[in-house]
Amino acid sequence: MTEILGLLANGFLVVFEPQNLMLIIVGCGLGLFIGAMPGLGSVNGVAILLPLTFLVPPTGAIIFLAAIYYGAMYGGAISSIMLGIPGASTAVATTFDGRPLAKNGLADKALTAAAVASFVGGSISVVLFTFFAPPLAHVALVFGAPEEFALMMLAFATFVGLGNDDIFKTIFSICIGLVLSAVGFDIISGEPRLVLWDITGFLHGVNFLVLAIGIYGIGEMIWTVEEHTLGGGKSMLSEANVTVKRTMANLRELVSTWKTMLMGSFLGYFVGILPAAGATPGSLMSYGIAKQMSKEPEKFGHGSVEGVVAPEAANNAASTGSMLPMLTLGIPGSPTTAILLGGMVIWGLEPGPRLFVDHSKFVWGLIASLYAANLFSLIINIAFIPAFIKILKTPFTILAPIIFILCLIGGYAPTQDMHDVWLMLAFGVVGYLMRKLDYPLAPAVLAIVLGPLAEPALRQSLIISDGSFSIFFTRTYAGPIMIIALILLFLPLLKMGYDKLRNKKAA
Amino acid sequence: MSVRTAELLMALLMGAFSIYLMSKSTELEIGWIEDEGPGGGAWPFWLSTIMLISCIGIIVNWVRKHGPIANSQKTYIESHVLLDVGAVTIALIVTVALFSYIGVYGALPLFLIFYLRFMGKHSWKFTVGLAVLIPVIIFFFFEITLKIILPKGISEPLFLPLYKMFF
Repeated sequence: MTEILGLLANGFLVVFEPQNLMLIIVGCGLGLFIGAMPGLGSVNGVAILLPLTFLVPPTGAIIFLAAIYYGAMYGGAISSIMLGIPGASTAVATTFDGRPLAKNGLADKALTAAAVASFVGGSISVVLFTFFAPPLAHVALVFGAPEEFALMMLAFATFVGLGNDDIFKTIFSICIGLVLSAVGFDIISGEPRLVLWDITGFLHGVNFLVLAIGIYGIGEMIWTVEEHTLGGGKSMLSEANVTVKRTMANLRELVSTWKTMLMGSFLGYFVGILPAAGATPGSLMSYGIAKQMSKEPEKFGHGSVEGVVAPEAANNAASTGSMLPMLTLGIPGSPTTAILLGGMVIWGLEPGPRLFVDHSKFVWGLIASLYAANLFSLIINIAFIPAFIKILKTPFTILAPIIFILCLIGGYAPTQDMHDVWLMLAFGVVGYLMRKLDYPLAPAVLAIVLGPLAEPALRQSLIISDGSFSIFFTRTYAGPIMIIALILLFLPLLKMGYDKLRNKKAA
Repeated sequence: MSVRTAELLMALLMGAFSIYLMSKSTELEIGWIEDEGPGGGAWPFWLSTIMLISCIGIIVNWVRKHGPIANSQKTYIESHVLLDVGAVTIALIVTVALFSYIGVYGALPLFLIFYLRFMGKHSWKFTVGLAVLIPVIIFFFFEITLKIILPKGISEPLFLPLYKMFF
């Protein structure tokens, strides 16, 4: 306990270095901006801006990206409330009650509630994180190749079992991500492998950033162009009346929603830890439970403050939760953390439990920065509510070309090869076409990051066991993890069978 | 084209791609190598096989008319959406193609002028202002600060004096 506090104090020393402090403030501001723009969320921001972080050392880079992640979670609420369009998928549930409040002229009340709930969610989860992470990392230190592979299977299985998307499309998405990560060279024999159509550009592999920026940058923007065209290019911005006096009154009123905030925070945190679940389902679940818990459930959907508080507390808590498996086990809990993990590999940090031992300063700097980012996001958010509302008036046709340009340059920067820019463009267009057919794309991004870790884990395990897959079931930790993974994998089938059986009985 | 038709086409296309990946994987050993474990082609080979099986699964669901996408008779991409999305996509392709010929600093202003003036209908003054400002910011951020040299094409000689000034 005291050891943890000591390490955390060291982390704060890293955070209070002037450069890092600057990065947190700029990151929170940028994140708030990105989150507030309709359609763009934390994952887009982190993917598009990751190439810019080559400027600073790894600790500064991840602190900056984590601040964006945090800020975007706060910012998502702004456009949900003001425009009725979720700023990010994680803020969908915030529109249910945030929008009606804004229509009743209480936009400032909804915005303050969202900011404070985000802060509470973030604070509770980061404290849970601080005390959960070191023991988990300690247990994971004994993990060998079979355990690592079992964990990755578990991450993929949660997408299939809990992802709510078409099962075949989810499996396809996972496998294509893994195969793309295998392009380049066979890591063990060193022979060239899968040099597609014998184009030499594939010899250096498919960089995960090329896929991530392709899907979350180019693809997402094309998607937004479509929505913009369908919407006729107009949006309905609510008016907000923000004064210090009103803000103080709003803050006092929020005290009565403490139960909802606590519930949302804990729920969000634990849902966030699961790889496929993350902030979006976490906030929706929290909304549902808050409605059942509430004394005035009939107000939900018509402008209930609790209806804003519950999802906002949960989505911020979930974003911290999703960092837990990323830092301790090397398995990302969300697409955004998958990109952060990929960044860590670029910076030369080996993800996994050793990180806590070998790069303690990095890990604790990041954890401490979460505390700071949470506080700064709250302050920037409340202080600049009127400014963010103005930003929402920026026409999409100014923002879109700037983001497209950032994507093109960002795709070029890591490898400085035009081949990658073309590939990114292709991923963007194909990704857009697939998304229109409900192919989930997040699993592919997760898979391309985990692929280079999963393959050696599998091959080493099989070498240890002389080719027998039983090694994944007979070891203390690998066995139970693999069995849970298999159950999740077959969950949709079991459910289908159960539904059929029940229908037969009913008939 | 309806969403239902697009669903089948995409599954066929991805199925074909999976078969290509399977055959490409066999260039390396896909079986067991004595004392070395699984060959280098095994991992991608079996993954592409699962991809192919998933595509077959999608097609089976399509035939059975299972799920909302397989039943949707809506237009896959509305014609007025295609006009905008198509224009943006083509503009991006042209821009990237121009990177290698007239360089980033020739291509980006053209892209900005196209987008701001013709897609966004902003004033010429504003358009030209941004078309100059953004490439300048990009030059200072990427080339000077990050030392990432962007493609210049035939515009390369114009930058030599600038490099002399900063490096």
